[in-house]
Amino acid sequence: MRSCSPILAVWLLLFAGSSAEAQRKPDPDGDSVVARGEYLARAGDCIACHTAPEGRTFSGGRAMPTPFGTLYSSNITPDRDTGIGKWTAEDFYKAMHYGRFPDGGLMYPAMPFASYTKVTRADTEAIFAYLKSIPPVNQRNREHDLRFPYSNRQLILGWRTLYFSEGEFKPDPTKSAEWNRGAYLVEGLGHCGMCHSPINALGGTSQSDAFKGGLIPMQNWYAPSLTSNREAGLGDWSIKDITDLLQTGVSMRGVVYGPMAEVVHNSLQYLNDDDTRAMAVYLKGIAEPSPSPPASSTLPTSESSLLISLGKTVYDKHCASCHGTQGEGKPPHWPPLANNQSIEMQSAVNPIRMVLNGGYPPGTNGNPMPYGMPPFAGLLSDNEIAAVVSYIRTAWGNRGAPVSAREANELRSAPLN
Amino acid sequence: MFARTIALAVAIANLAAFDGAVAQTANQPPDTMAARVEACTPCHGNQGEGTSDVYFPRLAGKPAGYLYNQLLAFKNGRRKYPPMNYLLEFLPDPYLQQMADYFADQHPPLPPVAASDASKEVLQHGQSLVSRGDPQRQIPACGSCHGPALTGMEPGIPGLLGLRPNYISAQLGAWRYGTRTAKAPDCMQQVAARLTEEDVTAVAAWLASRPAPVTVAPAPKGTYVLPFACGSEPD
Ligand code: HEC
Ligand code: HEC
Ligand code: HEC
Ligand code: HEC
Ligand code: HEC
Repeated sequence: MRSCSPILAVWLLLFAGSSAEAQRKPDPDGDSVVARGEYLARAGDCIACHTAPEGRTFSGGRAMPTPFGTLYSSNITPDRDTGIGKWTAEDFYKAMHYGRFPDGGLMYPAMPFASYTKVTRADTEAIFAYLKSIPPVNQRNREHDLRFPYSNRQLILGWRTLYFSEGEFKPDPTKSAEWNRGAYLVEGLGHCGMCHSPINALGGTSQSDAFKGGLIPMQNWYAPSLTSNREAGLGDWSIKDITDLLQTGVSMRGVVYGPMAEVVHNSLQYLNDDDTRAMAVYLKGIAEPSPSPPASSTLPTSESSLLISLGKTVYDKHCASCHGTQGEGKPPHWPPLANNQSIEMQSAVNPIRMVLNGGYPPGTNGNPMPYGMPPFAGLLSDNEIAAVVSYIRTAWGNRGAPVSAREANELRSAPLN
Repeated sequence: MFARTIALAVAIANLAAFDGAVAQTANQPPDTMAARVEACTPCHGNQGEGTSDVYFPRLAGKPAGYLYNQLLAFKNGRRKYPPMNYLLEFLPDPYLQQMADYFADQHPPLPPVAASDASKEVLQHGQSLVSRGDPQRQIPACGSCHGPALTGMEPGIPGLLGLRPNYISAQLGAWRYGTRTAKAPDCMQQVAARLTEEDVTAVAAWLASRPAPVTVAPAPKGTYVLPFACGSEPD
């Protein structure tokens, strides 16, 4: 079992970036199957993995670095020689639903078939109809460059036994149609659980842990739990704040950044109001109040109080102009830091990385000219970074724990793209 | 692609009227480009004048088309500097154009010329490459593209004054090693490939020793003919 575990982690890797630009929102109820398929392909974020930077749309070849080597995504344009031009609708359904190639071979779970298996046959066929309608691109798939033994596809069988359960989404009759629509999108095409689930000892996601949050390997970002209100659980958010966040990337409560900026940029901003609302209703519904664990820190109290007082000095000088002296921000563009779950979580990876690397929320139709935050990696020492992060995690009633200079230092080498 | 760009431009034009999700309240950051590029100014200076770090370039007054091409190149990874590649990754092209226009419109004075420790011979070699090139090695004069006054030409050719020697050598090196590429045909790559280490040191030192010209504005498009084609400067 040990030998296949690294492969399991592969499927948690997502790759930010794409040159996709904004476009009018297609109407999912439009009469054309192709238009519906295009909309659904957006909801599935196929473009994030299947289009290389400056490459032709869906022609693949995007490098996906993993701890075991590099995977290259496939050409899914209808080219007969190098794409999926010779595939039948049945072949395509087999790929999306069972993770198998037309010859029966096993796909690496970096292709999120473990989520796409929940997609209905009609929706899968609409996506296929759309892919058949786009211009074919003649570009041969690049061989994956995985080290032995990970290059042996038979290892995928072990992963499948543990983590893959085939089957379309089954609505919960006790819940509203809207809730069920949201669940269908989040668990299926949205493949949110690919990042928002803890990586257990075997590097996979078990059903019972779905949406409980986890550190994304290679990228070093923490995808928070969508069920715990202490993380990204949205139990006490208003529906409007949730839909704003998903559709525009910014909200009165917080903003998206890192890999989540990719998801909003390439996928969520294109979903129509009804679907966005359905997702919000579902996400709000699955959040469960969790007892707040006592803030635990590895630092001795004397050291952390010194850190925090240095942190206030750094904050007032470098951060207060945007985030406000009381952490109130000027939302939605300059997010509030007081009462912001995303910086209070047990894992301090995200706030440390924000301070080191800065960032812009994604440019979206709803927020085409976002405001940005400068990177502080070159301006502040490890000690100052730890101090200011400790300060924002504990000031204004925030209930996070202080962080050490070593934690800050380790994240300086986290990959930026 | 074209239709998408249009849709986005319209979205931006409508921003002022937009009152949906991103509601305006009294307590908002200033609705200006200056506030939107605050993520850039710690490295590039408040007006894009540059900072004390010798590798952080001045942006002010460079042709907007040139700056835009650079932002696209960083966004798509054709030009590499991870902190910037990261910041630009999910910003729409029309917004990058506005950032480019913003910095192109800033006109802080050029920095005073720093004393050079290069020898007279080195400076002379630099000057001769910049103004005459080296026909035997098929190196065109830098001025034949960057302009007789080295202030560049709209829309895509940058001026070469006000840059520091370390930055100039780093850029020429990046072209030689393929970590910086411009739109094809990448004429600057062809030029850089013909330069030796000594040539690079010499042109960098000489360019950095030049005083600011009376006018730093780039020449209008088509003022002179380039010795060979450049993808960044379509004719
Ligand atoms: C997280 C990245 C990722 C996303 C998102 C993704 N794919 Fe994939 N896809 C891959 C990878 C990697 C492969 C190659 C798998 C292998 O070689 O085992 C692949 C393979 C495929 C194949 C097989 C192509 C062939 O020629 O063998 C099809 C078809 C496909 N994907 C369709 C889709 C569709 C449709 C979507 C959106 C609904 C999508 N993919 C979203 C990563 C992704
Ligand atoms: C590529 C990995 C990835 C995928 C796929 C992904 N997320 Fe995230 N998500 C993250 C990371 C990392 C964060 C933490 C950064 C942040 O807060 O923006 C995050 C944060 C969030 C937040 C909290 C934002 C805040 O301000 O507190 C919500 C809500 C969320 N994701 C919902 C979703 C939903 C819904 C989906 C599926 C449609 C999804 N995510 C898919 C990686 C991912
Ligand atoms: C120029 C304005 C500005 C300054 C100065 C600034 N920030 Fe930010 N900050 C922002 C913006 C804009 C975002 C959203 C960035 C994104 O989505 O990528 C942000 C996001 C954040 C986040 C993530 C918030 C969330 O919702 O999860 C943290 C944490 C943060 N900043 C901390 C700091 C600290 C600490 C400092 C000082 C060292 C600082 N910021 C300085 C503008 C600023
Ligand atoms: C961490 C410091 C840093 C930040 C923040 C930063 N830059 Fe840069 N920028 C650089 C460096 C260093 C280079 C030169 C990179 C190279 O070696 O090619 C550069 C190059 C550029 C260039 C090309 C200049 C030329 O003459 O070729 C442009 C344009 C630019 N930056 C614009 C921006 C904008 C706009 C932002 C904000 C969105 C920004 N930068 C943020 C450091 C930074
Ligand atoms: C055939 C025309 C041509 C010639 C000759 C030429 N250049 Fe360039 N140069 C360009 C173009 C076009 C660009 C902008 C490329 C881009 O879009 O990135 C450029 C950019 C540059 C840059 C980058 C400036 C910055 O701010 O980053 C430097 C430095 C440079 N050239 C130096 C030189 C030197 C030194 C010479 C002479 C040895 C020279 N060039 C000769 C066309 C030329």
